[in-house]
Amino acid sequence: MAARANAGSALTRQRLKSAWLFLTPMLVVLALVAGWPLLRTISFSFTDAHLSNLDDSSFIGFENYVFLLQDPDWWRAVQNTIFFTVVSVSIETVLGLLIALALNAHFKGRGLLRAAVLIPWAIPTVVSAQMWRWMFNDVYGVINEIMLSTGLITEPWAWLADPQLSMAAVIAVDVWKTTPFMALLILAGLQMLPQDCYENAKIDGVHPVVVFFKVTLPLLKPAILVAVIFRTLDALRIFDLIYVMQGNKQDTMSMSIYARQQLVDFQDVGYGSAAATLLFMIIALFTVIYLYLGGIGREEKA
Amino acid sequence: MSRSLRQNLGRLAFYLLLAVLLVYTIFPFYWAIVTSLKAGSEVFQPTPFPLRPAWNNYVVVFQEQPFGRQILNSLFVAVSVVLLSLALAVLAAFALGRIPFKGRRLLLFTILGVSMFPQIAVLSGMFELIRWMGLYNNLLSLVISYMIFTLPFTVWVLTTFMRELPKELEEAAIVDGASPFVIVTQVFLPLMGPALVTTGLLAFIAAWNEFLFALTFTLSSEQRTVPVAIGLISGASAFELPWANIMAASVIVTVPLILLVLVFQRRIVSGLTAGAVKG
Repeated sequence: MAARANAGSALTRQRLKSAWLFLTPMLVVLALVAGWPLLRTISFSFTDAHLSNLDDSSFIGFENYVFLLQDPDWWRAVQNTIFFTVVSVSIETVLGLLIALALNAHFKGRGLLRAAVLIPWAIPTVVSAQMWRWMFNDVYGVINEIMLSTGLITEPWAWLADPQLSMAAVIAVDVWKTTPFMALLILAGLQMLPQDCYENAKIDGVHPVVVFFKVTLPLLKPAILVAVIFRTLDALRIFDLIYVMQGNKQDTMSMSIYARQQLVDFQDVGYGSAAATLLFMIIALFTVIYLYLGGIGREEKA
Repeated sequence: MSRSLRQNLGRLAFYLLLAVLLVYTIFPFYWAIVTSLKAGSEVFQPTPFPLRPAWNNYVVVFQEQPFGRQILNSLFVAVSVVLLSLALAVLAAFALGRIPFKGRRLLLFTILGVSMFPQIAVLSGMFELIRWMGLYNNLLSLVISYMIFTLPFTVWVLTTFMRELPKELEEAAIVDGASPFVIVTQVFLPLMGPALVTTGLLAFIAAWNEFLFALTFTLSSEQRTVPVAIGLISGASAFELPWANIMAASVIVTVPLILLVLVFQRRIVSGLTAGAVKG
């Protein structure tokens, strides 16, 4: 008896040892590519480091942050990013919900449509940006062409030059590209809903719209919430799409673009790192909220 | 209005909506293909299809820059990233999915947290690290730095998969005296084909599409990956962009991805939702 218990705990000990052995390579790599660079970025943000001599920098305390908070361009980037995030994620949620409902219905060619919806997601962001930049071209773009010929507008719009239109254009491309992701997450939620509520409602003759708002939407709330948080975190760090479509233009500059411009174009590593660190803090806050919500969901299940 | 007429109208409206959705998702790529096949000034006319397909644009893309080399660069980076992350993640997922230990949940959530890192937040630290390793303007710098977004994700999804494998398999192997390493490589790995394909594909797509690190850590056009090459064609003047060439290059790098997605549609969807819904 005792021998067997001993063997059992020896086995447990061996398994624990191998657990850490198996985890170590992954943890070392993550520490190297995530932990260490993040710490260095944060410490750079308290120095006057310059790209040409990273090793020879001196500590200047919170000076970078003080400058940053006084820079109207930074606040412009913050404002742009928040506006972009709120508007694009809202549209994507509503549109994604509609598409998910449509894909959940039974009809011929559902598989085909589901595959088609994945295409925008699969196209590289840079390629999407270029494709839409061409479609939004003010002189030769097909969007102006269609709108002119259908009489929606009377003269070509300068989609990418006009300050107001350019943000709308960027949001339109993001919506096109990421709504599929949203729709698929919500669809997965839809397919896990219990069917009996629906059958009861059908027997009672409740109008489908009422069923949607009274039954479907409340049950779907957790799935939608997770999708919204995922997308929000992603939208807050937006870089590629806006950078390729608009470069460093102020009208659409996001926080990531602002930080990269300081870091690389102006070579001001200290200052750029401060901007990057602030963005990290904002996203970390959201992540903690998300993990907290996710953690609660798990405990309820268990 | 009779009931059946109303039903038919409703059905018609539904199919109309689906048609609009289909056009909305597909049209931009269709337009890219059309543009890539137009010659000379035809590019600037909104004809809905090329009158005489000009395949020449696809040749020019390879002549004006080392595009073939850049495709190979992207392939090398993406394949290396996939293999490396899967190897590291399978081992880690076994530990996280099947062996209970203190702090396991905290570790899992920390890993998930890393996948939320904005790339810009590690850019200056990573740049310093890469220069210190002597890998600036070297493709290996991308293989290393891409781990930051592929590794957390692969670990997370493979862990959820490992957790669901039957316990009996492992117990039988333990009775036979198999070591944990043998259990992972001989017992579990053969069962993980589908999960490896799903996560590998998603990691491949993420690495293939990455832009910011590639833009920052490589310099010469021989070391560039495809997204940077396509993104930077925009560089010069805003008026005379070679749109037909840009679209030809875009189509070349996108077609393989679309084929992958269409073939592995179900796997990709389940992989995407595994991260979010089960988490």
